[in-house]
Amino acid sequence: MTTLLEARGVSKAFGRLIAVDTLDYTIDNNSINSIIGPNGAGKTTFFNVVTGYYKPTTGKVLFNQHNISGSRPNQLTRIGIARTFQTIRLFNNLTSLENILIGMHHRLKASVFGDIFKPPPVRREEARAHEEAFQLLEYVGLKGYEEHTAKFLPYGHQRRLEIARALATQPKLLLLDEPTAGMNPNETQDMILFIRKLRDERDLSILLIEHDMKVVMTISDKVTVLDYGKKIAEGRPSEVQKDERVIEAYLGRRALEMLKK
Amino acid sequence: MRDILAQPRPVLLGRLRWVLVVIIVIIAPFVMKELEHLTNFGLITQVNRALIFVALAQGLNIVVGLAGLLDLGYAAFFAIGAYTFGLLTWPTHDIEMSFFLAIWVCALVAALFGIIIGAPTLRLRGDYLAIVTLAFGEIIPSLVRNLGDFTFTYHGKEYIKDYNLTNGSQGLTPLGRPDFSFFERLFGLDHGALNVGVKPTFWYFAIVITSMIVLFAATRLNNSRLGRAWKAIREDETAADFMGVDPIRTKLAAFAIGASFSGLAGAVYASMLGAIFPELFRFQVSIFLLIIVVLSGRGSIWGVLIGGLIIATFDGVFLAQILPDIFNGKILPEYDVQSLRWVFFGSGLIIIMIFRPQGLFPPKSTERKAAPPPPAESTQGVQS
Ligand SMILES: Nc1ncnc2c1ncn2[C@@H]1O[C@H](COP(=O)(O)OP(=O)(O)OP(=O)(O)O)[C@@H](O)[C@H]1O
Ligand SMILES: [Mg+2]
Repeated sequence: MTTLLEARGVSKAFGRLIAVDTLDYTIDNNSINSIIGPNGAGKTTFFNVVTGYYKPTTGKVLFNQHNISGSRPNQLTRIGIARTFQTIRLFNNLTSLENILIGMHHRLKASVFGDIFKPPPVRREEARAHEEAFQLLEYVGLKGYEEHTAKFLPYGHQRRLEIARALATQPKLLLLDEPTAGMNPNETQDMILFIRKLRDERDLSILLIEHDMKVVMTISDKVTVLDYGKKIAEGRPSEVQKDERVIEAYLGRRALEMLKK
Repeated sequence: MRDILAQPRPVLLGRLRWVLVVIIVIIAPFVMKELEHLTNFGLITQVNRALIFVALAQGLNIVVGLAGLLDLGYAAFFAIGAYTFGLLTWPTHDIEMSFFLAIWVCALVAALFGIIIGAPTLRLRGDYLAIVTLAFGEIIPSLVRNLGDFTFTYHGKEYIKDYNLTNGSQGLTPLGRPDFSFFERLFGLDHGALNVGVKPTFWYFAIVITSMIVLFAATRLNNSRLGRAWKAIREDETAADFMGVDPIRTKLAAFAIGASFSGLAGAVYASMLGAIFPELFRFQVSIFLLIIVVLSGRGSIWGVLIGGLIIATFDGVFLAQILPDIFNGKILPEYDVQSLRWVFFGSGLIIIMIFRPQGLFPPKSTERKAAPPPPAESTQGVQS
């Protein structure tokens, strides 16, 4: 298996707070990777480093062997990194369709003059983009919602629209920040199946932040545990589950001692 | 392939409506002329001015309504367009470029200024951008005022001495007018038969065409790759960045295109007036245009067209002519009713902000779509 992403000694400090601490991390092609850890462990900050929102304080990030630290988010989207957000960030006053089309922005070629005069190539490109957007909405189960304004969609639909928008950029690496947050067990189960389906059907790898242990343990090829910005455990779900430091980080020392008895 | 650009609406009714609009647009100046004779109020020139403001407001709507950037100095681009036209056609400068070429040059120059101003400032967000554009709006008219007599010295050596570029606060006049003498010769007409550059009715049609060009570009852009990117920036700049939209480039494009509309309108306006002064492009003009966009409905192209026409005509006909006529004659002979102008617009703005913050004619997306029951399978969560 080839490596898609590699973080080497990545740190990100906010003043004196070190949110991510000399983290080494790799993602293989076509895999599902989860990062877990208590609140404030630095998971989202690591996402923000990988997607170019923050420049790492130290260390570097390689994507397909290219150093990407210092690139802007939109540049990284173009080479195949897409994400969703912990709190939903859709283009609220735009329709579902428009949200998806914006995800395709960097793949469309029309210039300003093409946009104004709409010569046949631009018309064809737009028609293809619309067609693809319709298919994508159907793929995530939002068929019939094309003309709905994003802010009026139910919460679960907004989550799916956000994933569809990220997929519209045609990512090689898809980062999902707590995609099941606020979902009921049924919706969560659907999401698990959907994430698997993504990996199997679309040539991409997934990096997942997730609090729901059931989700993490069911679908991950690899689980990494962060605590205070540091990696404290990593491995297959079954291995990590038994790790003492993980139990301690999650449940505290007392719980660990009780478990040992 | 599904053609979503084709809106499902009764075709015949749609066509009929357009025919009606065209007829109204064509007969309007003649009706107005009759009304002018009847009432003694200036109508056509006011409608012409209103249409110029509509074209300007369309440009501002791209910046403010679509891209969500607060520009408080937009009249600067209006000034740049008008003064570029002035410099290119004022006889003293000996260029005397043809109207039909000059207006496009003006649009281009204004767009260039949009990029020059935008490049360093568009990194700023919100309030900062508003302040910088406010300053820019003040600088341009005062620059124009001071370039009537300028001297350039460098290391003690004078390169330019007492050069009169803009004729200072006296303004530039006369300015170039559209020249149809070619057609006079072609059709064997008398010399001066097509000297229409002084007729309000001619300008009415010239400005209608200008506004239509601007309107065409605006509607096309609104539903395009770039237009979507503008809206994405407006909705959430950071999220747009993560979705592959380059914020700086996208905002620059909004500034440049908005400015080019303004440059075109400024050039046509300058030619219509035949004279321009720095005073025509004061801060109030930027504010007036902003009021048009906000009252009409930010981001709504047709809204800004209708709203702009109503507001600017109301301003030029009712506030500037009818109201003083009523009050000054009988009720308040000494009082300058015109000074109430901003009270009117201020209160209008407050009322709209309270009762209809999205504006009078907002874009469609601000309305909630009655949820049509989606296909059964997609109500059960993500498909698997
Ligand atoms: N922009 C910022 N400025 C200062 N401190 C920050 C910033 N962003 C995050 N932090 C801090 O960095 C630490 C890590 O935050 P982060 O959001 O990465 O945690 P997380 O693991 O995603 O937590 P959660 O599970 O609650 O989402 C926290 O202590 C947080 O307060
Ligand atoms: Mg987080």
